[in-house]
Amino acid sequence: MAEIKSLREAIAQLVRDGDTVAMEGFTHLIPFAAGHEVIRQQRKNLTLIRMTPDVIYDQLIGASCAKKLIFSWGGNPGVGSLHRLRDAVEHDWPLPLELQEHGHGDLSNAYVAGASKLPFAVLRAYVGSDLPKHNDKIKFIQCPFTGETLAAVPAIGPDVTIIHAQKADRKGNVLLWGILGVQKEAVLAAKKAIVTVEEIVDDLKAWPNACILPSWTISAVCCVPGGAFPSYAHGYYERDNRFYQAWDAIARDRKTFQAWIRRYVLETENFDEFRRVLRESVSQGVK
Amino acid sequence: MTAPKYTTNEIMTIAAARLLKNGAVCFVGIGLPSTAANLARLTHAPDIVLIYESGPIGAKPAVLPLSIGDGNLAETADTVVSTPEIFRYWLQGGRVDVGFLGAAQIDRFANINTTVIGDYKKPGTRLPGAGGAPEIASCAGEVVLVLKQTARAFVSKLDFVTSVGHLDGGDARRRLGLPGRGPVAVVTDLCVMEPDAVTRELTVTKLHPGISKQQIVETAEWRIRFSPSLEETAVPTSLELETLRDLEQRTKLAHGTHTAG
Repeated sequence: MAEIKSLREAIAQLVRDGDTVAMEGFTHLIPFAAGHEVIRQQRKNLTLIRMTPDVIYDQLIGASCAKKLIFSWGGNPGVGSLHRLRDAVEHDWPLPLELQEHGHGDLSNAYVAGASKLPFAVLRAYVGSDLPKHNDKIKFIQCPFTGETLAAVPAIGPDVTIIHAQKADRKGNVLLWGILGVQKEAVLAAKKAIVTVEEIVDDLKAWPNACILPSWTISAVCCVPGGAFPSYAHGYYERDNRFYQAWDAIARDRKTFQAWIRRYVLETENFDEFRRVLRESVSQGVK
Repeated sequence: MTAPKYTTNEIMTIAAARLLKNGAVCFVGIGLPSTAANLARLTHAPDIVLIYESGPIGAKPAVLPLSIGDGNLAETADTVVSTPEIFRYWLQGGRVDVGFLGAAQIDRFANINTTVIGDYKKPGTRLPGAGGAPEIASCAGEVVLVLKQTARAFVSKLDFVTSVGHLDGGDARRRLGLPGRGPVAVVTDLCVMEPDAVTRELTVTKLHPGISKQQIVETAEWRIRFSPSLEETAVPTSLELETLRDLEQRTKLAHGTHTAG
């Protein structure tokens, strides 16, 4: 059963140095508050998995939390590069970052295999591509029935998966809707799962086919309103595209980035305070 | 009546949009492909089905998405499924007619690089990577590429083959058992290229109005071939231009209204 607790406690208890951690959310419901808390608690040597690393992993990589990244598309959506990711790959700053690189179809299948507790996923891909030359986790197998050549990739089984969702009830059952990405598969593939939610309610009032993660599939539920900012939570708030644009200049320069992480993440108590400090800075015209 | 004025970006988007047939099921990449696909939907192809890799099927966004998972895609879609389902049932399941993609670099056989410039281990420039393109390039019924034409983008040899076009040409795709037909057109700000029927090498079939062969030659590393029956791209109509500008204006307004914090 999920325990309802503070995000600080959940991260302190469930995420350890050296863990393999997946924080999913396909441009929607990205668990930024949880990412910040991992930075605040200064976890190290993490293997980070995420289809689209996005600004959340740019922050974790720049803040020296990661040793390895498993991913399939590493850009700032609608803006351009993830400069902290690029600096780590191109110049080993702040630390060298090992890459294990896939395509979206591949990684999403690998999560399905993980949730199914199968050893690997099978898909029709990569014939002629250079990706298998640089990622020894991508292999080719023959179909035992037709002889067709297919790609095989190992299942993903994170130590911890972290997602953000719209609602939980008081027992810790979680409801999410809108663009679902691979969140359900990522939770079911993991040994432990943390879910931050916009609100905790008495009754989820869910329709029969709703995407529900039962309480007993989750380790901790944390109520963090706005916890997906600057991404969005369908039905609650929209994506803050200006933040994503502003991130480009912040992340481009090492010193500016470090000052930002210090001021807004390391020196704030929690996500609420981060939002408050950020709002004050914006209203004063400070970046 | 004088022809309406337009930019090279506009004619690129419009020429790409024209290639999409009404009713086609189209798997859309973000950026230029998404702009062109939505322009097609708002002009000659109202029944086009747009699929985005984040999960929306039949999306009809009022403004262009800035990210591939914008809420407006979900709200206007016929249905929203999970990302694994998009790739498993819909793309790999053979239900996509056209994959519509961008690229950082392409070669003469329309193979695509979106991974690195330079060496993989020590890249000069690390690009975002594959996204869904490898699977789209292999499984979609056919592929249309849209990108600006520069000598840095149209190269003799790719630093990295992320997603396959026609590999080393000829019947390479068929020999390797790739399910889709591969790239059928590359639309740039200067011209439209199509693979030769036999060699599959990209051949310029249409020049945009006012563009010279010389400009094409100067913006590709390899010696570009021209079709013997070279045509000129039709000038954008006022309807195409107005629809595109209207869409881009609406998008600009919609994405500029939030303040950080």
